Amino acid sequence: MFPRPIQKSSPAAQWIYTIALPIALILWLFPLLGVALTSLRPASDLAQGNYFGMPSGIAWENYVYIFTKTPIGQYMINSLWVTIPTVIGAVSLSLMTGFALAVYGFRANILVFFMFVAGNFVPFQILMVPVRDMTLQLGMYDTWYGLALFHIAFQTGFCTLFMRNFIKALPYELIEAARVEGVTEWRIFWYIVLPLMRPAIAALSVLVFTFIWNDFFWATVLTQGVDSQPITAGLSSLNGQWIAQWHLVSAGSILAALPPVAMFFLMQKHFIAGLTLGAVK
Amino acid sequence: MAQASQATAPRRWNQRTVAPWLFLAPGLFMFGVYVLWPIIQSVTLSFYDWNGLYNQDGQFTGRFVGMGNYAELMTDPAFETSLWNNLKWLVLYMLALPIGLFIAIFLNQTVTGIRLYKSLFFFPFVISQVVVGLIFAWFYAPNFGLFYLLTESITGKGTAILANPDLVTYGIIAAGLWPQIAYVMILYLTGLNNVAPDQIEAARLDGAKGWRMLWYVVLPQLRPATFIAVIVTVIGALRSFDLVSIMTNGGPFGSSRVLSYYMFEMALGEYGFRMGYGAAIAVVLFAIMMIFISGFIWKMWRDEKER
Repeated sequence: MFPRPIQKSSPAAQWIYTIALPIALILWLFPLLGVALTSLRPASDLAQGNYFGMPSGIAWENYVYIFTKTPIGQYMINSLWVTIPTVIGAVSLSLMTGFALAVYGFRANILVFFMFVAGNFVPFQILMVPVRDMTLQLGMYDTWYGLALFHIAFQTGFCTLFMRNFIKALPYELIEAARVEGVTEWRIFWYIVLPLMRPAIAALSVLVFTFIWNDFFWATVLTQGVDSQPITAGLSSLNGQWIAQWHLVSAGSILAALPPVAMFFLMQKHFIAGLTLGAVK
Repeated sequence: MAQASQATAPRRWNQRTVAPWLFLAPGLFMFGVYVLWPIIQSVTLSFYDWNGLYNQDGQFTGRFVGMGNYAELMTDPAFETSLWNNLKWLVLYMLALPIGLFIAIFLNQTVTGIRLYKSLFFFPFVISQVVVGLIFAWFYAPNFGLFYLLTESITGKGTAILANPDLVTYGIIAAGLWPQIAYVMILYLTGLNNVAPDQIEAARLDGAKGWRMLWYVVLPQLRPATFIAVIVTVIGALRSFDLVSIMTNGGPFGSSRVLSYYMFEMALGEYGFRMGYGAAIAVVLFAIMMIFISGFIWKMWRDEKER
């Protein structure tokens, strides 16, 4: 069932395919489209039970309302405060760990590498109580840096796997040649390897941005107030207040989804390269 | 001249022994503090009864109970429910593989605009699970939700799936499958890109068609993609916290709990701060996950050896 190129099929089949594509897409994204539409529906429509019919007007006021009457703007800023330092931190740390594990053949190499990989898959719950306790003890509970520090540490696992494999695929002769010339290890890292890492850095940045922006569990465990809660946790608590006010819930959802979606569309190639790492040989 | 090179040779060698550890130090430190050490602490804590507090002198107030927490788990009906639900998640999440593969095959064409279609199909994975949960809660909402209306028009009586203890977990799993299928699809699309066209052509000349072509020619070439897809799907199934928390809070009557959510409930939720008991639940979840992690590491180790 490996499809022949559709161009080789009969005109009828080609025609069916062209029709089937948009229909499949609409069905697939139906829940999302519904929510997007609801976010622009006036509250009065919902009150009258008009959930799926023609909206009586486009209600941008839903968005105005959540920006002016709820702290959603603050939540989004909080999210950025957690997300951006995490991206910078995790990418920098893993550039170094990845370099160390890809270039040097020391004895514990494979052990350290597998430790990073395995750590990346552990359930969050096994870390929850000690990490929360430690964050409290250090006075970093309910702060953006308390949350960001944990994310940096945890994401380093995944990022190391990625960076290490990427550097391993670079031509090793480059490094050998530099060593013969007497270039120090740090300079090899900085002047030879780092400039070649741009695609990897881009791919990891968009991935980590999305992962952290979308994180809900740690946001719930390590923050609680309007001043530091990221959008995911904020949206969840707003949802508790907006019982059944679906036009507001929808508008909030769409807002929370926008930044990662924009990131994905701008950096699509890198995003997919990062996610599918290892899916092909 | 000879002297100089003698003096630099050992230093170079030293530099190369020390350098990896200097490069590793910051990452290892962070990872050790926030990942490795907490795992050990959680395991230790699972043998204690602790409410998360310290006394005035800043001393730990936990009480050692040995296997007490684990013994309690054995007779805890909520734990049993969570374990069963986790099993349902694991099994049903695997549906993401065939469905994802099917969509990938459907989209693996070169017509105008196909790139945009592929990205749009991938959409659900990019958005937060919190948003996915809210979207599906709306979809399932009683009285006006599309799913409710659909069941009403078929059976004459609407089903409020999130309020039904027997069905609620399936409802949440369906929501989770949506982004998971998208992820698997993108893995397979990348895999299909790398399928050798000459092999397909050769198989076609030999008369391979349809399912036989898929099973004997295409799937073996997609093995690396399948492997990653299984891993991420298992992890996704066992990590299912966000959707349960957003859509039902474990309800109704605790029937949609999973281990990850039940652990949170015990340690930080309204049932009080039973940190030790929560840690014991986490250890069980960790043990289940370790089975899969070990398999993954073993496969990676084998691949490394082959290189």
